[in-house]
Amino acid sequence: MIPEAYYLALSAVLFTIGVVGVVIRRNPLVIFMSIELALNAANLALVAFGQRHGSPEGQVLVFFVMAVAAAEVAVGLAIIVAIFRLRQRLSVDDLSLMRW
Amino acid sequence: MALAAFLLIAAVALVSALGLILKRNAVHGALFLVVNLGSIAALYLMLGAEFLAAAQVIIYAGAIMVLFVFAIMVLIPGKEETGPDPRRSYRLLAAPLGALLLFELAVALAARRGAPGAATAPAGSVEAIGRLLFTDFLFPFELTSVLLLAAMVGVLLLARRRA
Amino acid sequence: MDLGIAFGRVAFVMLFVLNVGGLLTWVERKQSAIMQDRIGANRASIFGLRLMGLFHPLADAIKMLTKEDFRPARADRFLFTLAPFVSVFFALAAFASIPFGDTLHLAGREIPLQAITLNVGILYVFAMLSLGVYGVMMAGWSSANNFALLGGQRAAALMISAEIAIGASIMGVIMVYGSLNMQDIVRGQGEPLLPRVFGAWIPAWGILTQPLAFLLFLTAGIAATKRIPFDMPEGESEIIGYFIEYSGMKFGMFAMADFLESVVIAGMTTALFLGGWQVPYLTAGGFQFPWGWTLGLPHLLVVLLQVSAFVLKVSAMIFVLMLIRWTLPRFRYDQAMRLGWLGLFPLSIANIVVTGLILLVGRS
Repeated sequence: MIPEAYYLALSAVLFTIGVVGVVIRRNPLVIFMSIELALNAANLALVAFGQRHGSPEGQVLVFFVMAVAAAEVAVGLAIIVAIFRLRQRLSVDDLSLMRW
Repeated sequence: MALAAFLLIAAVALVSALGLILKRNAVHGALFLVVNLGSIAALYLMLGAEFLAAAQVIIYAGAIMVLFVFAIMVLIPGKEETGPDPRRSYRLLAAPLGALLLFELAVALAARRGAPGAATAPAGSVEAIGRLLFTDFLFPFELTSVLLLAAMVGVLLLARRRA
Repeated sequence: MDLGIAFGRVAFVMLFVLNVGGLLTWVERKQSAIMQDRIGANRASIFGLRLMGLFHPLADAIKMLTKEDFRPARADRFLFTLAPFVSVFFALAAFASIPFGDTLHLAGREIPLQAITLNVGILYVFAMLSLGVYGVMMAGWSSANNFALLGGQRAAALMISAEIAIGASIMGVIMVYGSLNMQDIVRGQGEPLLPRVFGAWIPAWGILTQPLAFLLFLTAGIAATKRIPFDMPEGESEIIGYFIEYSGMKFGMFAMADFLESVVIAGMTTALFLGGWQVPYLTAGGFQFPWGWTLGLPHLLVVLLQVSAFVLKVSAMIFVLMLIRWTLPRFRYDQAMRLGWLGLFPLSIANIVVTGLILLVGRS
């Protein structure tokens, strides 16, 4: 039996990698994918906790997270494609219409 | 034996996650993310969540990432990642901040309480999940369907061309 | 020893699928020839022995292996080489959870006749089919050819539309037999259908309990594997497909993946709708006819009969798929999309609702 600390450690490292990816990349699609990576790391932690308590509630929560992530990805990609159609360029640094 | 399998799968997950954030080419990064999602599905299998592993592969790796790869192929990224970086000083903060985040997460997880040791028999059968979905989690379940409908309407609206 | 048995099961399934996939080139040529009132390819011979053209798959393989392995100059080297392997791998892996026989009791061991026994076997097949989209998309994108890219996107859009219809049409079958485990579904098809009405005369095969789902699954399955009438990604004589830059054995692997997916769809249809390895009236101890006769048979013979029944049914389904292939003209892109989203998917949902109602009323 793998102690759940290992799963949680892996989840923490994957989450950190996802967050670092959001900061250092400029392509909005890759930023979005790093967010998905962080979401998956959280899912892994949820399932590990659920197994520790022996109930399937962790898996049900992950199920909902997956459904919400699917909806979010669809809408986010539609937004990015719409912006690309408008501006013909894909760099998050340019997408700053606000003052500061 | 199980530990060796876990270490192997965890190594694959870490390498593919690093590949996602470090590769210049977005398509390569997306395929690295697919490998990562597959390894997380393998970890779900090791945790006894069979249905979730299959759902992860079908939904995440098989539908969401296909959508991503589609979008990347359509948008054909240009030079936005290879030009001069006006925010370079901020981006250099990523490494120490990332290390700080990792340290915080490690502290938070190490201080958790609860029943020590390994778990009881995993109750991850499809029937158990389905029962929970229709009794305790009925409201979020119905709400998710409304959310998916809203997402579909939003995407159709955003993707329409102003003819 | 257990490892050897597991390896044996996997080897059996892989060899079965690979051999049938290889034979399918011959079947396609001969069956189309017979349907079109001609002789077909029969020239390949070894030492003057022609064998009705059975050496043509071998000749094809030799031809493809000896062709130049060309890669366009600007193609993405790694993905260009990886794409055909990904296609073939997931098409092969999809067959793993389809049962080809009942549990074999041999020398005190219980050997399940499935390559892998999963409680979520059906979902595993869907997972492998949905991952097969990546091979097509990688092929289209890495060829550095705009037409190949468009062909890859067409193929990917078609495949993901069909997968949804496949999943939804299977839901009815899962509701009727009550399990995601394919072995349970096949066992459930040995039970009599409506015993209060028909006695023990009719086994509850999927095609009888879910006729609409059978038609929907067959249509969606043909669409998902890009066979005619849904082969507008490739087109072959009208439009450029995603493997335009591939030559030699890599192209051969794409064609092989096509045939392997046909075998997978035939296997799934057999397991879910045609009773899998079930022979009517054959139970674990022998034949038990409903009019009272019984015929005791040794266990090994029963298992052999069941495995042969499975192979026979898969071959019959492949025959039907080939029949459809050589009869119908191909769909246009928008017609196929409309059929998938506005035809198959709503009908599958309606099937789920009606099945649910009937099960609810029938159980009360």
